[in-house]
Amino acid sequence: MTSEMLSNLYVLVLAAFLGFEVIKRVSPLLHTPLMSLTNALDAIAVVGAIVIVGERKSTLATVLGTLAVIAATSNVVGGFLITDRMLRMFKASPRGGGSK
Amino acid sequence: MSGSLQDLVIELAYIVAVTLFVLSLKWLSSPATARRGVQAGEVGMLIAILATLLNRGIVSYEWILIGLVVGALIGIPLGLVQMTAVPQRTALSHAFGAFATALVGTAEFYLRTPNISPFVMSALSIEIILGALTFTASLMAAGKLQEVLPQRPITYKGQNFVNLGILVLAILVAIYLVNNPGATGLFPLLIVIPMVFGVLLIVPIGGADMPTVISLLNSYAGLSAAAMGFVLKSKLLIVAGALDGSSGFILSVIMSRAMNRSFTNVLFGAFGQVQETATHAVAGTVRSATPEEAAAILEAANSVMIVPGYGMAVAQAQHKVREFYDALTKRGIDVKFAIHPVAGRMPGHMNVLLAEADVPYDRLIEMDDANSDFPQVDVALVIGANDVTNPAARHDKNSPIYGMPILEVDKARTVMVIKRGMSPGFAGIENELYYLDKTLMIFGDAKSVVGSLVRELTGGHEH
Repeated sequence: MTSEMLSNLYVLVLAAFLGFEVIKRVSPLLHTPLMSLTNALDAIAVVGAIVIVGERKSTLATVLGTLAVIAATSNVVGGFLITDRMLRMFKASPRGGGSK
Repeated sequence: MSGSLQDLVIELAYIVAVTLFVLSLKWLSSPATARRGVQAGEVGMLIAILATLLNRGIVSYEWILIGLVVGALIGIPLGLVQMTAVPQRTALSHAFGAFATALVGTAEFYLRTPNISPFVMSALSIEIILGALTFTASLMAAGKLQEVLPQRPITYKGQNFVNLGILVLAILVAIYLVNNPGATGLFPLLIVIPMVFGVLLIVPIGGADMPTVISLLNSYAGLSAAAMGFVLKSKLLIVAGALDGSSGFILSVIMSRAMNRSFTNVLFGAFGQVQETATHAVAGTVRSATPEEAAAILEAANSVMIVPGYGMAVAQAQHKVREFYDALTKRGIDVKFAIHPVAGRMPGHMNVLLAEADVPYDRLIEMDDANSDFPQVDVALVIGANDVTNPAARHDKNSPIYGMPILEVDKARTVMVIKRGMSPGFAGIENELYYLDKTLMIFGDAKSVVGSLVRELTGGHEH
């Protein structure tokens, strides 16, 4: 166990708590966009795949990495696109809502 | 730029990206700021990808660019699917995300074996097990939702025992590899066994369980990415994975509570047990009404609460429902929609369909608010929902859905139910609601019945 591993565990625990606090405030109205958005954000795995592909250490790693870049990028592009499309559909009453 | 400065720039860019990801989720909390949230996420992602391209280990960009371009070309149509196909699209994207982490994990193993520390090998094992099982399970879920696979749950005796046994086997392989990271011959089992487990996990799942399952798979995909962060020593991945993991976890807890499932039930994925319980018949007579009769009652109402369910999505009736909403609103009738958390096939499914049909979101209300409104509501109109309206959940201790939070439509003055026939719902039980004196059944396809109601209401207006 190096100190870096320990600090990474701290990061994991704190990020999980932060996630709970932020996400529990999301209105149930937006649960579907929430899932498609977190899916797009989770595709940040693409950065790991990019490095593996670019390093060219073995043919196997390059092939697997390229497939991973494709899969993750499709989630990034598709995820942000559909989340935005969904959110554009949510409109308030034309009267202006009323309750303030 | 010197090497260490370059590394610093990359890390600083990642910190900016992480900040934007957290803000992105924070802004998603309300419809007013939600689109800004998406933009923050997009900018964060772009910064992270551009910074990664500066990585000093990269010697060739050729395949990176091919991967990015091909991925974007696949992603665009996936982002443009019909709103009714969103549940299966979401399941498919969980599969893609998990596929990516499992592939990166596999590549890392073969690059590093046999010099892998126990800590890293543990993280790598978690990454691959979760990635591989989420990949096949999500493909199965997408197949069931797209109806290319049979939707009925398939159960057999000892199913949980078999599934748990397979999972334990995968964990044993992982433990062996942690101690012997040079065992390349054994490594493929670490991928294959969880893939089998993923398939078997979804076999007993039926449609109404899908909201919980999709949320759980969302959580697994996130945890897999977080584990990958430990392997690659990337705090960016750990944070993004933890955010996704906790989001999926919260949603699966909300969904399981809304179906009255226990917490362990969620964690072990032991779904599909409800329908094993015997059905019990309800005695009584059913009153049916024609759309004309129903329209006459609706015209006299002051307030109407619509309760949509999966049946509305199946019948593609959401646009007709919007016309119905308009017709009633024009007559000065107060119309709201009561949304049960598990209505549909994924969290928030009904909200997205109704928003697509241009129903204002402030008319869509949550279960608790709806339940305090029902006693004052003149007409509750149930469109394609069943088990979530069954009063047996409140008082019948023998009912398989006893204790499940329901929409208390039976407290409204009049109840109308649009339904194809008298077949029981997903849980396989009769709905007492249909036998109440105040309940009128309007038999027929949701889309055509709502269409007839609209004609009656608007036709009367012109006279």
